[in-house]
Amino acid sequence: METLLNSQKKRGGPVLFSRYKGGEGIHKAFEMGRENILFEVKTSGLKGRGGAGFPTATKWMLTAASVSDKKFIICNADEGEPGTFKDRVLLLEYPELVFEGMVIAGYTIGANQGIVYLRGEYEYMRKSLEDYLEMMRKENLLGKAIIGKTDFNFDIKIHLGSGAYVCGEETALIESLEGSRGEPRNRPPYPVNTGYKGHPTIVNNVETLASIPHIITKGGEWFRKYGTEKSTGSKLFSVSGDCEKPGVYELPWGTSIKELLEVVGAKDTKAVQIGGASGTCVPKSQFHRILAFEDAATGGSVIIFNENRDMLKVLKNFMEFFVEESCGQCTPCRIGNVKLLEGIEMIERGNYTFTYINNLKDLARTMQFSAKCGLGQSSLNPFLSILENFKDEIFNPCRNGGSNGKAS
Amino acid sequence: MLVLEKNAQSEVIEELVKNLGNNRSSLLEILQAIQKRYNFISDFAQQEVARLLNIHPVEVYSIISFYSFLYSKPRGRNIIRLCRTISCNMKAQKNIEEAVKKELGINFGETTKDRRITLEYTNCLGMCDVAPAMLDNERVYTRIDPETAVKILKEIK
Ligand SMILES: Cc1cc2nc3c(=O)[nH]c(=O)nc-3n(C[C@H](O)[C@H](O)[C@H](O)COP(=O)(O)O)c2cc1C
Ligand code: SF4
Ligand code: FES
Repeated sequence: METLLNSQKKRGGPVLFSRYKGGEGIHKAFEMGRENILFEVKTSGLKGRGGAGFPTATKWMLTAASVSDKKFIICNADEGEPGTFKDRVLLLEYPELVFEGMVIAGYTIGANQGIVYLRGEYEYMRKSLEDYLEMMRKENLLGKAIIGKTDFNFDIKIHLGSGAYVCGEETALIESLEGSRGEPRNRPPYPVNTGYKGHPTIVNNVETLASIPHIITKGGEWFRKYGTEKSTGSKLFSVSGDCEKPGVYELPWGTSIKELLEVVGAKDTKAVQIGGASGTCVPKSQFHRILAFEDAATGGSVIIFNENRDMLKVLKNFMEFFVEESCGQCTPCRIGNVKLLEGIEMIERGNYTFTYINNLKDLARTMQFSAKCGLGQSSLNPFLSILENFKDEIFNPCRNGGSNGKAS
Repeated sequence: MLVLEKNAQSEVIEELVKNLGNNRSSLLEILQAIQKRYNFISDFAQQEVARLLNIHPVEVYSIISFYSFLYSKPRGRNIIRLCRTISCNMKAQKNIEEAVKKELGINFGETTKDRRITLEYTNCLGMCDVAPAMLDNERVYTRIDPETAVKILKEIK
């Protein structure tokens, strides 16, 4: 038993965990000016680290171009995807990167207010974050006329969530900030035009914002030296499950699954869930695939299963998660996930027909394009990928009461 | 509730709303603060918030029912939330579940008679690398086993 408030791990990595001196990024950004900041971010090729991979420079330019008396920078720290905990490490150990990223974003698009939407489960880190913000205010890295820039005021406040995974979806997050139920909105309009309280708003993931000070101080060209053509820079991977060294790893995009498994000391691996519950399950035969937006895309969650795990139980755990976390606003997701879970329970009992299972697969494919938000559009990913990749194990008449392995 | 209690609670809520701002976007923060103080948000408290924010009480209730950390029914002073998502599940989380249920004599979703402890399940706490994980109100415990989990409960009592 331990509390993790002061994890002592010393980390190193090529990009995010490379050397950085607090305050450097803001100084440099002010010297460069808005146009050049946007240029460097564009050159870096940085794409959103929250899962969707939207080009950050495009998001910033759209928000910069929107005309309004007020604009907002929101840091999405709702980190709720099963198997993801990299933002926890950034917030606890590298708050300077995250907060300075927000200040630079604010300066670039002309916003005066930043909001960190911190998941309720992370309340224990609120104090250390508030303390850090206070220190930045003392050093005039936040507040009025930041380091002498008379025309730029910017401050950051922390808003606590209350235990709802769907609030990580950017429009649900904005609803929640406005004091409503965290139900995703129809898009368009996008937050870049109509965001928090109707004003142009940037919503960026913690890791995306934390990349900014490095890009500003070291340059977009330096950043894109790492990774692949389409996925530049490096990525933080949250590795858990069956391996010797679970934890947060910084690896360049383009690293193969096989290489990652070696780094973390995984043995007898049967499958890897890439991208959390809403990602896909990759079987051993595909471990040569690379982690990148163009191949095995991920917001960073990597969950490892060894030969002893029962993949149907794994799938059931994922579907229970979605049934619970669906906001219930639209039918494909509210009912669809329940039906998929029922199907899994039928297979568990050995009480199914293939005709029915195939109907469920059709239902899953329908959810993909009829659900309103990313939750219902991706909750079927583990269902389809696990049933397909592990059909020999799952549709095995001996599994019932037989010697088939266990998930726990 | 006694009239005296009601008056006292009204005062507390008025003060909270004054500090956090009587606008809609403060609603979640106001409810979180009430929850912290009273361990749940009573019908009366909901009405008070609605009155002060000039919205319908149903609006307030609809928010409480949406967020899993807000409650409209009494909860224990300490809410124990055990993660049951996959990475914790793979690290023998079931054994912890059994141990704490036996120790407290209640099921998940229930509160001890003395109103000290409520047991709840929760989804991934972002501690999967040090699974299994558990929250005691906002405190996080990691790499727990049945024995340490029970020890944490004992210290609460
Ligand atoms: C159900 C759901 C949950 C999400 N949860 C998160 C989250 O916890 N953190 C996050 O950064 N993005 C999350 N996203 C993605 C956000 O909607 C959004 O794309 C992201 O915050 C944009 O930031 P980025 O461009 O920096 O990645 C979630 C999306 C969906 C559909
Ligand atoms: S897909 Fe699911 S989570 Fe998203 S809006 Fe529909 S019901 Fe809500
Ligand atoms: S699965 Fe339990 S903390 Fe992530």
